[in-house]
Amino acid sequence: MFPSQADMMRLAPELVLCAMGILIMVAEPFTGRAGRKVLDVLAALGAAGALAAIWLPAHNMGTAFSNLLRVDAFSVFIHAIVGAVALLVILAAPSYLEREGLPHGEFFALILFATAGMGVMASAQELITAFVGLEVSSISSYILASYRRDVPKSNEAAMKYFLLGSFATAFFLYGIALIYGGSGTTVLPHIDSAAAQVTLLTLGLALVFVGLAFKVAAAPFQLWTPDVYEGSPSPITALLSSAPKAAAFALFLRILITVEHANSLWFWAIWISAVVTMFVGNLTAAVQSNVKRMLAYSSVAHAGYILVAFAARNVIGTAAVLFYLAAYALMKVGAFTTLAWLGGTGEEFLDIDDYAGLASARPVSAACFSFFLLSLLGLPVTAGFLGKFYIFDAAVHAHLIWLAVLLGLNSIIGAYYYLRVIVAMYMREPKRTFNPEKIPFGVAAVLALAAVGTLYLGLFPSRVMGFAIQAAQYIK
Amino acid sequence: MHSSANHLLTILIFLPIAGAAALLLLRADDHVWTRRVALAAAIGELGVSLKLLWWFDSGTPGYQLEEVHNWIAYPLIRYHVGLDGISLFLILLTTVLTPIAILASWKSISQRVKGFFVCLLVLEAGVIGVFVSLDLFLFFVFWEVMLIPMYFLIGIWGHDRRIYAAVKFILYTMFGSILMLVGILWLYNRTGSFDLPLIQAMVQTSQLVLAPRTELLLFGAFFLAFAIKVPLFPFHTWLPDAHTEAPTAGSIMLAGVLLKMGTYGMLRFCLPLFPSAARTLAPEIAVLAIIGIIYGALVSLVQTDLKRLVAYSSVSHLGFVVLGIFAMSPASVQGALYQMVNHGISTGALFLLVGMLYDRRHTHDITEFGGLATPMPVLAAFFLFVTLSSIGLPMLNGFVGEFLILNGTFEHHAAWAIWATVGVILSALYLLWAYQRTFFGEVTKDKNRALPDADLRERSLLWAMAAMILFMGVASTTFTSKTENSVRLVLEQMQPAPAGQSVNAKVDEADECPPLTKADITGPVSKPSPATPVLKKVEATR
Repeated sequence: MFPSQADMMRLAPELVLCAMGILIMVAEPFTGRAGRKVLDVLAALGAAGALAAIWLPAHNMGTAFSNLLRVDAFSVFIHAIVGAVALLVILAAPSYLEREGLPHGEFFALILFATAGMGVMASAQELITAFVGLEVSSISSYILASYRRDVPKSNEAAMKYFLLGSFATAFFLYGIALIYGGSGTTVLPHIDSAAAQVTLLTLGLALVFVGLAFKVAAAPFQLWTPDVYEGSPSPITALLSSAPKAAAFALFLRILITVEHANSLWFWAIWISAVVTMFVGNLTAAVQSNVKRMLAYSSVAHAGYILVAFAARNVIGTAAVLFYLAAYALMKVGAFTTLAWLGGTGEEFLDIDDYAGLASARPVSAACFSFFLLSLLGLPVTAGFLGKFYIFDAAVHAHLIWLAVLLGLNSIIGAYYYLRVIVAMYMREPKRTFNPEKIPFGVAAVLALAAVGTLYLGLFPSRVMGFAIQAAQYIK
Repeated sequence: MHSSANHLLTILIFLPIAGAAALLLLRADDHVWTRRVALAAAIGELGVSLKLLWWFDSGTPGYQLEEVHNWIAYPLIRYHVGLDGISLFLILLTTVLTPIAILASWKSISQRVKGFFVCLLVLEAGVIGVFVSLDLFLFFVFWEVMLIPMYFLIGIWGHDRRIYAAVKFILYTMFGSILMLVGILWLYNRTGSFDLPLIQAMVQTSQLVLAPRTELLLFGAFFLAFAIKVPLFPFHTWLPDAHTEAPTAGSIMLAGVLLKMGTYGMLRFCLPLFPSAARTLAPEIAVLAIIGIIYGALVSLVQTDLKRLVAYSSVSHLGFVVLGIFAMSPASVQGALYQMVNHGISTGALFLLVGMLYDRRHTHDITEFGGLATPMPVLAAFFLFVTLSSIGLPMLNGFVGEFLILNGTFEHHAAWAIWATVGVILSALYLLWAYQRTFFGEVTKDKNRALPDADLRERSLLWAMAAMILFMGVASTTFTSKTENSVRLVLEQMQPAPAGQSVNAKVDEADECPPLTKADITGPVSKPSPATPVLKKVEATR
């Protein structure tokens, strides 16, 4: 049976992404060295097209493919995040690939495929479908992590990511099997009513959560994060630290909210995991001297912040998660893009000492980087502040004052290491000579977009938060 | 809401930002025009702020010149600014000290000039925003935002240990403010609003009655943030470092206005929002304030670094302000308010003078000086004048503030006043002794013989400061008549509710009462009437 038109419309962003990915792979052999620009443009068009195609599901909400997918405001919101991240990464990547002498075709195709997988995760309301999305995105990411083939660190990153990621997906899959055994269905909204063997179901959900906790790098399953983020090419780190996390958190949230069993069971697990994740992420980040690794640990900490909003279990909490994911994606992509550009050939300059005195030689990059760091820190008029503000609000609303206070303490630890980079850039004398600042157009565009977006969300969050609340109510 | 047609306060917030933006358009190496534009912006700001005196109505105790716009839809956050007698002179203090700070750095800042003045102007905007915000969220935004320019001012243009000082400054302050954010949200979840006048009205009409423990915790969350900023003993350790390492302009702004944000916050938020917690904890806070007064003075006494000495003297002087606030008598609170402005001007002037010495000798070490009155008599004369004002010589500004505080405190708490008086004596001791070692006697170092005296720019700055010091010393009623009503209102709001009310007041232990919304409150909330009868009938307290 050929899928109906409505089904296709609800899958439109993924279709655009996959079509463009395939087109790039087909076109690559014919373009040669000179035609690489064509691939860049095709990839950007693919991501932009996918973003535009969100219009279709947004105006045709409902379930698709006999209940496998559920397109609602929630999934549209996540689609917008992952689509935007893909677009930004693709725009900034060409100069990086040129500098590192890496091929363009597979890179862009894999990014598009990964994004498609994340899109499926965001709308899936059936576990096997979610698994397919997860695998599509993961396998593309494994390859992308190892994209600097000649660099041992990149290979190490891919190997770790692959091994631990396989574990995670195995947990996830085993969990699905147990859930099916316990309830006879894998469609999320039916699980509660069909629950026959509660023990099996509980165990299955536990395993699914372990799998997802791996994906979002929540403690105690965060160990792979720093190595993978550090070893991957920086544009890919930008992608990995934001988009798959958004998709995995979306799936996490959907299961948690749709399946009543999960909801009641998991409060304390999430509470503890949130606290541990925040502290582990921040404390380890605070002692790093490699900026990229520091940002990797900081993204663990941010996963902890998001889990605080999970623990709140209210509409504000869900909306806060969505808002934070958007804010977080913007600032992380901005920060890693700056890092990709400042790192220099072979990503040589990643140590904090390499950034000493950067502000006088490269004022624009330093200002952008500082702005993203201040947003990650959570200072007002940035997206990061409002994101954190909403999480605080959700936590306090749910009477989780302690969790809010612990989140506050962690922000202070965070402040320490983010400020260290700013101190180096602005307040210390340079330890090396800098080339004059000539930011490539793509990178400049991405930095400008991310900075404007971060500022916009920080000053005028109402629109996006309005969408987030709407999405949070839909999923209820 | 009384939304006035004029936008004076908004202009005050955004004019320095516009000035900073204009600076960004200039070439980075065009130092001359950078300075001129910055000064023009600051003087324009001063001119606008003087209009406040014209518009201000001393007869109105509540907020004036209010302006309200919706800002964020969820949760409802409004751009709500306003002014009363408490904030009026703090705003003027800020707008007066900023041009002085700019002129003080006219020559001493030669590196990254543009960034320096941008930071200074953004700082001014942030501080004014703090003083005029009547929305808790807006207040918090300004409170945090102004940290960044100050952080850069210390960290980039400071002295040797500037990085340590800058990081310490920002981490300390952030630690306090993050708990305040939790407190603000807690309050929001109970009241459904971030609007300060609205919440004040709820407290007044007993529509918001917090359980004693909750109130203490909330009070603590706000108070800690302010106490760190003031800084109240034992949260003061960031201050000497920040002051010593900051450039002169940074010290002037830090001592002059930033510390006042802490005491202003206590007066604006801690007292009216959590009156019974404030009353309960007043003795403990007074003890800390007195320890601060005496400890700060004693530590000043043993300093060999002139700038550090002035910094510790701030701990002592601000202790007086906190004492005055928590003595809670009209005179003491008036005095505290007066002393905030005084301290801004006197200590600002002291830092200015110390900065002038530093420009000449590149040291703050008292032993490097000695007999400076011989090569620079004018500077020495001004230094003496400012020192005397800081000590509290009658006819000068410091006297009025200290006298009002001690007098007001003595009414109900004689012991507090007696202990605090020790600080007055000590302050004469350490300041005059330092003055003696620096300026009197023979010139001890040959380097100091040929030091140039104050030039025209420096003299005009010092004349301006001296004029203010004298004016505030002899014409204090000009000021107190404007602050009087607002102070009285705050203290009225502090009064315990009449017996019947407090017994019947609703106490909710678990905070489970549905949040009140704006619709629950009717009537003019910006000017809450303390006499509004309580209509709610509720169960007795435990």
